[in-house]
Amino acid sequence: MSRNTTDKTGIVAAQAALPAKISRTAYNAQKKRRSLMIASASTLTVVALIYVLVPLAPGWERVKNSFFNWEVLVRTFPKLLDAFLIDVMIFAWCAPAIAIWGLVIALCRDARSPALFPLRVFATVYNDVFRGVPVILVIYLIGFGIPGLGLSRTWSNPYIWGSLALILSYSAYVAEVYRAGIESIHESQRSAAKSLGLSHWHTMRHVILPQAIRRVVPANMNNFISLQKDVALVSFIGPVELLRQAGVEKSLLANFTPYVGAAIIFLSVTIPATRFADHLIARQNRERG
Amino acid sequence: MSQKILTLAGIIITASILPVTSAQAAGECATGKTLEEGVLTIATGNPAYFPWVIDNEPAGGKGFEAAVAYAVAAQMGFEAEKVEWTSSSFDQAIQPGQKNFDFNLQQFSITEDREKIVDFSIPYYTSALAVIVRQPTIDAGVQPTLESLKSLTWGADANTTATPVIQELIAPESDPLLYDDTINVIEAMNANQIDATLLDLPVALYQAGAVMNDGVVLGQFAADESTSPDHFGLLMEEGNPIKACVDAALTALIDSGELAQIEAQWLQQATDVPMIR
Amino acid sequence: MRPQPKIELNDVRKSFGDLEVIKGVNLSVHRGELVCLIGSSGSGKSTLLRCLNLLEPIDEGEILLDGYDISHPMLDPQPIRQRIGLVFQSFNLFPHMNAFENVMLAPRLNKKISRAVLTPKIEALFERFELKDRMTHYPDQLSGGQQQRVAIVRAMAMEPEIMLFDEITSALDPELVSEVLDVVRQLKSEGMTLVLATHEMNFARDAADKVCFLDKGVIVEEGTPDQIFQNPSEPRTRAFLRSVL
Repeated sequence: MSRNTTDKTGIVAAQAALPAKISRTAYNAQKKRRSLMIASASTLTVVALIYVLVPLAPGWERVKNSFFNWEVLVRTFPKLLDAFLIDVMIFAWCAPAIAIWGLVIALCRDARSPALFPLRVFATVYNDVFRGVPVILVIYLIGFGIPGLGLSRTWSNPYIWGSLALILSYSAYVAEVYRAGIESIHESQRSAAKSLGLSHWHTMRHVILPQAIRRVVPANMNNFISLQKDVALVSFIGPVELLRQAGVEKSLLANFTPYVGAAIIFLSVTIPATRFADHLIARQNRERG
Repeated sequence: MSQKILTLAGIIITASILPVTSAQAAGECATGKTLEEGVLTIATGNPAYFPWVIDNEPAGGKGFEAAVAYAVAAQMGFEAEKVEWTSSSFDQAIQPGQKNFDFNLQQFSITEDREKIVDFSIPYYTSALAVIVRQPTIDAGVQPTLESLKSLTWGADANTTATPVIQELIAPESDPLLYDDTINVIEAMNANQIDATLLDLPVALYQAGAVMNDGVVLGQFAADESTSPDHFGLLMEEGNPIKACVDAALTALIDSGELAQIEAQWLQQATDVPMIR
Repeated sequence: MRPQPKIELNDVRKSFGDLEVIKGVNLSVHRGELVCLIGSSGSGKSTLLRCLNLLEPIDEGEILLDGYDISHPMLDPQPIRQRIGLVFQSFNLFPHMNAFENVMLAPRLNKKISRAVLTPKIEALFERFELKDRMTHYPDQLSGGQQQRVAIVRAMAMEPEIMLFDEITSALDPELVSEVLDVVRQLKSEGMTLVLATHEMNFARDAADKVCFLDKGVIVEEGTPDQIFQNPSEPRTRAFLRSVL
């Protein structure tokens, strides 16, 4: 007791200044309400400042006319939506192909038997090359190069080769994610399966992969969200999808608003998808924690 | 002092070639209206292509647009040394805010919609649109008729007004494929992904003659027959006061016949390209 | 003459890199025997069990199962492992499968028996080990003791001839230890051949037929529980027992 009398930290004095007794729950609830109010107020202030200050800039009218032109947006939006169907279509057949081919590559990289060494080399080189080369270059090379070898019209279709380019590129990224998942499964799971006399393939198929794939779903969601945007790159070899349609409208109207329209359409898909991936990650962290 | 003498000499020479107009007046017109006083800053694409600019060197004055730019500048009272070149993409040309050029020429087609965002001079060239195909397509029996063109697979440069012309004038059975530039369009044709494309006639002649192995200019739409004739204008910032001077200079060049001369010098005349019916 | 041992180790050696972990072990286990391996952590008990299950290839010596050398490097270890069950300290159940699926996986894949034929057999197995009400539970819904019992059932489902237990109670809360050891007793009473690496000295004293004390990769002393716990002849054994009892 006597040691406290010096009150070096000032805690005695501080305590004396506090109200005698308050309910902790009531205090915590009040504190929570207060933080919520502060957050809302500061957000509103920032939005209000942007809303008031930006239009004061001397060039605002021109910027508004070029980027946020309501009339242009209304005029071009239906065409943009139409073109977006092409993106959806390309995504719809590329995504499953990437999921499968990526898995094949990941399994090749994991091949342990010496007889399968060439597969491992192939998968390693594959991943190095396709992750190192910009997607757009792959699209040009495959999209113009392969049909240029002299294929018939049906087989020189840019949709086929553009999609193949996306599949080849994205599979490399997805394969790395799978591989990280496979490696994250504790060695003891392999030991347990082995001790039961399961073959390498059965161990992979029934024990490792089901756990690994589930574990990397959020990471792969992010890959597929960026695929959703990169589908637009196929437009470089011809297909008139959303981004290209926006470019055409931009060029004809000398106005960037169609790009803003395209952004709105992309965001309306990517934002919910990103939130969903975040939600999955959060849930997984809770489960593991 | 010597500068003034040179300017005077320039005026005398110009005046002797073009007795109708007074370059002196045009020079005064641009005073205080250029980005940099006494200098005319002109933008074009990088790269700029044949036959508009030869060797991607507009300062050489060779190529149709390079020659037009110097003729306009001279008409406005700027000597060749007082012309500054800068490069600009299509998007840079139409972005809002300060421009880094007094005028910009890279085959910009004048359209009503574009006029809302930027200013155009009066046209300095009206191009016929021409159809390019490869020899195998000719061998397959395609004819320079609208009917025959409908069944082809079309491609075009997405940044040009060729797209609406294909869709409205030809209305092909399958949707056209669009590309970033003419090079990609030609590449797609070589890859047998498209049968035909629509280019400005001078470009078409060049591509078919010098670039492609088996390219053929199948036919042309007469410049004034097409539903949306391709008039090229010099592009300027919206409301740029220099527009009046540029227009005056162009009018003078047209009236004097100099513009027609430049066109004859740099743009191959297609005498044997059939009209599409 | 004694009958042929169920399993016999002759001068087994195993190194990891430069570190020799098993330095010449000789051991025989007879049919229906319960052998306990005791010794401090790092004495080589776990490694020895993993070698017995062929999870680790041995460097020298031989492992005989019914007189046949199963450690021969040219043999495919996979079918042999099916005859030797191994249960781990950390259970190692497959978390994405419920208890029933965990148990059914190996017989279904290895013996290529259909689910329909297997189901009653496996249900009977759960019944036998009093886990019937836990069949549809996932590992994370089971207590540690229940998980370890399911792991034992899973190994038993392959109908092995020997069961190896690698410190199966070390990861359990003290109150859950006995339910797992009861299962081991049950297996012994049913005539299974058992090898346990364990820290449960009381269990070893009560239930084992033979106790082996390992230190630094060699069996220092082996004998009946009475010999080892009452009259150890080696000073190292005495020192170890003093430290744990």
